[in-house]
Amino acid sequence: MTVDQPRYKTSDEVDFVIIGSGAAGGILAKELSTNGFRVVVLEQGPYLTEADFTHNEIEILALDKLTNHPKLQPNTFRKTPNEKAKPQRALVYGRCVGGTSVHFTANFWRFHEIDFIERSKIGPIPGTTFADWPITYDELEPYYTKVEWEIGVSGLAGASPFDPPRSKPYPMPPLPVKSSGVIFERAARKLGWHPFPAPMAINSQARAGRSACINCGFCLSFGCEVGAKSSSLATAIRMAEKTGRCEIRPNSYVHRIETDANGRAIGAVYFDEKRNTHLQKAKAVVVCANGAETPRLLLLSANKQFPDGLANSSGYIGKNLMLNSGGPVFAQFEHPLNDYKGFAVSRVFHDFYELDHNKVGFYGGGGLDARFDLTPIGFAFGGLPPDTPRWGKDFKAALAQNFNRTMEIFCHGTSLPVENNSFSLDPELKDAWGLPALRLTYKDHPDDLKLSNWMYARAHELLEAAGAKRHWGFPAGESQFAVHLLGTCRMGNDPKTSVINSDHRTHDVKNLFLCDGSSLVTSGRGQPTMTIEALAFRAADRITALAKRGEISA
Amino acid sequence: MNQLNRRNFLLRAGTGFSAAWVSANWPALLSAATHAYNAAKAATPPKFEFFTPEEAVEIESITARIIPTDDTPGAREAGIVYFIDRGLVTFGTEDQKTYREGLPEEQQDEVLHSFDESTPAPRRAFRARRGAQNFFDTLRQHTIAGFLIDPDFGGNHDGVGWKVIGREREHMFQAPFGYYDKDYAGWQPTAKEADKK
Repeated sequence: MTVDQPRYKTSDEVDFVIIGSGAAGGILAKELSTNGFRVVVLEQGPYLTEADFTHNEIEILALDKLTNHPKLQPNTFRKTPNEKAKPQRALVYGRCVGGTSVHFTANFWRFHEIDFIERSKIGPIPGTTFADWPITYDELEPYYTKVEWEIGVSGLAGASPFDPPRSKPYPMPPLPVKSSGVIFERAARKLGWHPFPAPMAINSQARAGRSACINCGFCLSFGCEVGAKSSSLATAIRMAEKTGRCEIRPNSYVHRIETDANGRAIGAVYFDEKRNTHLQKAKAVVVCANGAETPRLLLLSANKQFPDGLANSSGYIGKNLMLNSGGPVFAQFEHPLNDYKGFAVSRVFHDFYELDHNKVGFYGGGGLDARFDLTPIGFAFGGLPPDTPRWGKDFKAALAQNFNRTMEIFCHGTSLPVENNSFSLDPELKDAWGLPALRLTYKDHPDDLKLSNWMYARAHELLEAAGAKRHWGFPAGESQFAVHLLGTCRMGNDPKTSVINSDHRTHDVKNLFLCDGSSLVTSGRGQPTMTIEALAFRAADRITALAKRGEISA
Repeated sequence: MNQLNRRNFLLRAGTGFSAAWVSANWPALLSAATHAYNAAKAATPPKFEFFTPEEAVEIESITARIIPTDDTPGAREAGIVYFIDRGLVTFGTEDQKTYREGLPEEQQDEVLHSFDESTPAPRRAFRARRGAQNFFDTLRQHTIAGFLIDPDFGGNHDGVGWKVIGREREHMFQAPFGYYDKDYAGWQPTAKEADKK
């Protein structure tokens, strides 16, 4: 935390209160405070910094030091709206300053042109709310470039023949290749595919006061102790603080957006660390709480005018959830890869970004990457073939032989928006603050499962071509757990079938804006964060223009 | 991952997330701090906080069957019984019941017998006895955690677990990392790519 941070009183009507400090919230805080506005960011989690980050797998993965805790904030799950949901952990997200960007893999693909206009191209898909975006790739392109340069992305422009047009090269060269990447690249080329250096939001060289990646190997799920991962914490939040106009207020759990008699938002009500309640007043409210907590907050903020949830005249809040299809396929090789060293991913290909649905018989597309993202304990739990003995000398020998000879191919693909797939409030279960728990309702569209299995088959084909000693995976199963939280307050021109317009303003409440994974209309091909951040830069421009024209204040 | 093997969890969890999160579904076991590390190092055997001395002997012998000592160190050398003991009175208190219930004398024999390599299909016996299965799963998870956790955080005494699996102790590495990237010539576009552009 810098010394420049102002301390606003809750009774001070600041220009913007931003709820959430992750990929989108961090960037909106930076942009709006840089543009001269007074900003308070309310983050439900703690303010941890590099000094707090460790390689303690138990603390991070079992005790949820950086993520939502299933005991404090339990969830329920059901497949369809007719069922009663059962308590079970249903999602994970970053719950600390910087949000999920603190612990993410940092795969940073742009969406392609097709992601924004695919509904027009291929027509309606039964059982879905598949739609075009109200904006195009071209409109977002300058903001993708902004993310790459201001937040920091490593990559090689023009390396993939499937890449969309770009106005500038990457600011940093790609990270070094890993053994998994070399194996992947050679085999993919043998098969006529087009692997390229993975674009990653990790510094490949020292830049903007941050270190280059030191290849420690505790990347996915962990916070970066050297600030090489371009999280909001390491980048946008610090820039926002430097303006002297932005206060980051951690341990502030917002549970209601308050409105006045005219239906305008007047601020955010939150619990502080001691569970005292406060109302932070603001001229406008920007919710960036992620694709689960943003809809939850709006549903919790129901009032007389909006009995089904604030700004929910469409009834779409929480619906059309997309989780991204795909998953890992594993392989063992003869020689040590030592892939535990370094960041997760060094090579990817996009040859199947847009499959011909007439040919394959289902809608969808995706990308495959080469990675190893398992830490030692995680590997022992989940990185060995299912027929490995579970104890004894053969178990130990399998661990010893394979920890540094294993890699994964991770398949990432589309999810179709289905109206019933949603986050909503559980009618019975409460969190530790007495608020209704998040309820996940999800049943994969059949095409998503077909796509996953199709991609797994390609991964096996590649590993066969690579001469793997052994490769294995699992058939696609129905999702019951959410990591990518997309589409639940979608953007659109029609207030009947969308929650926000292309300025990220809710159709119903003039001074209420939403920007995060919930804004997405389609799921992309499995890597949403880059697009969430580009949207946040663009939203900040739109909101600033509206504010300067006096169109936000009454 | 009580009652859940990886495959079931994958089927339940579906997709869109990374494999590391699959392993995130462990029971909330123990942090255990430096206790195990110091305990395993100490000249005088330390006092157990949860286990009786007899239980500690039993537990240690079972952990040593899960990860035996052969030509490389195993559970004993990694000080896992201390790690588990400490964990059960700190973060892993909810697993206390599993250990207490997993240890009744009539089951000990069954559990230990099932670990005998001469016993065919050892897990069949566990399936018949739910409590024993749960005890086995929990103890196995704790043994693995104690063997492979970063040695700075208790367990994995002297980094022996990492030595066994070939993970270097350092937290800073430079490319080339492994066998397959050491002679890599650098990324080159193919002619085909040039055409397509």
